[in-house]
Amino acid sequence: MSQHEKSQNFLSKIKSNRKKRFSEDSVFRATVLLIACNIFIILGLIIFKITQGAWLSIQTYGIKFLWGTTWQPFPPDPTVPPSFGALPLIWGTLITSAIALLLGVPISLGIALALSEFAPKSFNYIISFFVELLAAIPSVIYGLWGIFILIPFLQNNLYPQLQATLGFLPFFQGTIRGSSVLTGGIILAIMIIPTVSAISRDVFAAVPNSQREAIIALGATRWEKARIVMGYGRSGVIGAIMLGLGRAVGETMAITMVIGNSFNMFTSLFEPGATLASIVANEFTEASSPPVYISALMEAGLILFALAIAVNASARLVIWRSTRKIKEAEML
Amino acid sequence: MRYKIEIQSLSAWFGSKQVLQDITMRIKENVVTAIIGPSGCGKTTLIRCLNRMHELTPRAKVTGRVLLDGEDIYGENVDPVTVRRRIGMVFQKPNPFPMMSIYDNTVAGLKLNGVTDKKRLDEVVEKSLRAAHLWDEVKSELGKSGASLSGGQQQRLCIARALAIEPEVILMDEPTSALDPTAAAKIEQLIRILAENYTVVIVTHNMQQAARVSDFTAFLYLGKLVEYGSTKDIFENPKSELTEKYITGEFG
Ligand SMILES: Nc1ncnc2c1ncn2[C@@H]1O[C@H](COP(=O)(O)OP(=O)(O)OP(=O)(O)O)[C@@H](O)[C@H]1O
Ligand SMILES: [Mg+2]
Repeated sequence: MSQHEKSQNFLSKIKSNRKKRFSEDSVFRATVLLIACNIFIILGLIIFKITQGAWLSIQTYGIKFLWGTTWQPFPPDPTVPPSFGALPLIWGTLITSAIALLLGVPISLGIALALSEFAPKSFNYIISFFVELLAAIPSVIYGLWGIFILIPFLQNNLYPQLQATLGFLPFFQGTIRGSSVLTGGIILAIMIIPTVSAISRDVFAAVPNSQREAIIALGATRWEKARIVMGYGRSGVIGAIMLGLGRAVGETMAITMVIGNSFNMFTSLFEPGATLASIVANEFTEASSPPVYISALMEAGLILFALAIAVNASARLVIWRSTRKIKEAEML
Repeated sequence: MRYKIEIQSLSAWFGSKQVLQDITMRIKENVVTAIIGPSGCGKTTLIRCLNRMHELTPRAKVTGRVLLDGEDIYGENVDPVTVRRRIGMVFQKPNPFPMMSIYDNTVAGLKLNGVTDKKRLDEVVEKSLRAAHLWDEVKSELGKSGASLSGGQQQRLCIARALAIEPEVILMDEPTSALDPTAAAKIEQLIRILAENYTVVIVTHNMQQAARVSDFTAFLYLGKLVEYGSTKDIFENPKSELTEKYITGEFG
């Protein structure tokens, strides 16, 4: 073989190798893409199946399902058809989530600020570790803890105090129940802390140091510096809060265990209640007949699903937009 | 002319690394003092020691004294926050608060001091922005974000923000290095005007700039103060060979 032929041979080998590699590459890409597409298929199927299951209820009760306030799978008078309306469930979901945010967000922001602005590094790792551990606790464990530790404590100590001081407000009147809307909200507050604080901490840590120096050079105290950091990370924090809201809205196990499971258009937070999630979990096993019963539960699930998707999607959007904004600001 | 700041045997460390060695110099009131020297010689560290920003870096340490009007800012009962309200600072990279309007940026420091009177704030905004020679460019859009300005405008906004709290001394760390020549020229003009009412200390890499804007120049090398004198003397007949070499561009 001449020198020239040899090199030609060599070149063609490289070329064919390349071709092979290229085709392997594209096969790999196609596979990955296909797997990724499954997510859409699964999501689509879930929406389809739930809607299908809820169809009977949607046909029977129409839009009125959203503001109906009765939940009677087995009316006392057997000649009357069962009737379902989800307003107390939507009410329960909204109120427990609101309590969760009201209590959980300030604590989470406090933790996040302490971690990013005040605490020494070593302490930082320890706290972060425990906060993230909190996120790993299964929700049923929160429920158990709620039943055996939180409820007795709240019922005997905190709630009577609360009623004594704020009892003039309608939310704190009436008989005190341990398994109540307020307890549900408190459990949710604890459960959203890891999410909200971890994301806020990351948001604060991403605030450029030049911002801190700018305000310190103007004679700011540490607290005033923290306020600038919060202002800079504002939209990221809103995203974190909404992600926490998403968690609160959809949380099922723990809240089912402590909320008292009563279909109830409550005014006092000491009353038992139910949420969209808790009623589905609680009544699914018994809802074999009449068929419209299970369909109504499906519809409750559908509303929950839509709510959770909407909240989470907007949270992601907000977080994405804010990190992009911070990156752009850094590039200046 | 009296001395506004007296630096006495100032040494500074990052961890175990000493970056300033026994600096002693006196800075006159209402003049521009330039600090020059090659990269890494400690210029930034030196001015950050003057408003107690150095100690914010973890494991940073300072010894020696810095007298502001004869009073040691490192004294036992001195609150660094009050020191920083008397000694303002402008950074190398413009750092306005992007979530605040131009107006709020300007009075950010004032609001820290608890000033809420709208009329007073309005006055200070106009006065500070005029002093920073930015007023005419932004007066019709004070509500816009501070980040929406050009780099040079942002830097002047930062200067206005520093002026708004009426400090006695203004420290500037290479305030024009991130700017184009036109914007830089505007800032230089401004520095000259500021010297009528303020004591200005400016760090610069740019020898021509030091020659143009300053009355006194300090040459720093490897953490030591090599030579300090009137800018004219330093540039026209430096005493130290090292200074001469640096000024003629033989190193650095
Ligand atoms: N945060 C820090 N941690 C440790 N060492 C530091 C830190 N900042 C600066 N140094 C070191 O201190 C020395 C002096 O730094 P300084 O920033 O004061 O120099 P400079 O004269 O301002 O340089 P330049 O002209 O490049 O800005 C340098 O050797 C630098 O490596
Ligand atoms: Mg520097």
